[in-house]
Amino acid sequence: MVPELVAPALFESLFPNGISRYAVGGALVGLGAVVIYLGTAIPAGASTFLESTLSYVSDQSRFQQYRSSRDWRVVFTLGIIAGAAVYAVTFQSGLVSSGLYEAGSTGQVYDVGGITLWLTDVQPWRLFLGGILVGIGTRIGKGCTSGHGVCGVGSASKTSIIGVITFLIVAIGTAQVVMALGVSP
Amino acid sequence: MPLIFVGGLIFGFGLGFSHMARPEVVLNFLQFEDFGLLFVMGGAAVVTGIAFALVPRLRTRAPLTGDTYGRRLKSFDRNVLIGGAVFGVGWGLSGICPGAAYASLGVGNITILWALAGMFVGAYLQGIWRSQRTASETSATSAD
Repeated sequence: MVPELVAPALFESLFPNGISRYAVGGALVGLGAVVIYLGTAIPAGASTFLESTLSYVSDQSRFQQYRSSRDWRVVFTLGIIAGAAVYAVTFQSGLVSSGLYEAGSTGQVYDVGGITLWLTDVQPWRLFLGGILVGIGTRIGKGCTSGHGVCGVGSASKTSIIGVITFLIVAIGTAQVVMALGVSP
Repeated sequence: MPLIFVGGLIFGFGLGFSHMARPEVVLNFLQFEDFGLLFVMGGAAVVTGIAFALVPRLRTRAPLTGDTYGRRLKSFDRNVLIGGAVFGVGWGLSGICPGAAYASLGVGNITILWALAGMFVGAYLQGIWRSQRTASETSATSAD
């Protein structure tokens, strides 16, 4: 009897927004990577775009090695932006709804031409400084949450699994310290 | 290219739908307030895992590029740990990773340009630094 009483409360505290929007969204992220893989055999990652795009403006040898892949990476990134925009005009704007989708209460929403857009409350200095470290780290570490986390783990790559565990642990530690210091949002 | 765009479209829609394009939601996970992110990464890895395991058995070459199907394997060295740790600090500080940052722009989050600018600065610094190190190593070898 006790587990039946405790379990829902525990679930509620672990997943205050339910799990369906996360699981469905995650499956779609995987599906997007699979569509590209099926057609091209490319296991797509999102962070190499940073370096490959720099090859348009910098002659550094480090960036030039991505010349052959830089065009599709731009297309992939524009696709990601467009896909998120499709989400914004459908679910985020309330045009489409589903029992699997739970709207959130984070950040701020604003309207442009009847489309509901969203703004983060996280402070610019955190985004900028975090961005610099993400830029350096993903390049040294050979991948990010999509390259290592989605395609690498999907490939059962030991390197990727170790990479994911490393950045998960460090990120949790960092976020806890930042929270303890009272930085919010 | 159209196929890569469609793949990116689904990928980005998924990031929006799962709220991963919202740094707050990622930070909530890292602060143990909402463990939903586990289902995003897990769900995505299960889908790619099935495809990456099955497709190479069904056919050998991709129709569009003629490339052979393989797994995403990268060699392991100290850099994976160092880079992973640096990335972890950045991710924990900002709640933003590359793919989610692009998607965040799509949901209207203009403020995310700070993070994108930071990522390009970081990748550029890393590239310069590594180019210089490679250059100095090469010249040292030739001097020997």
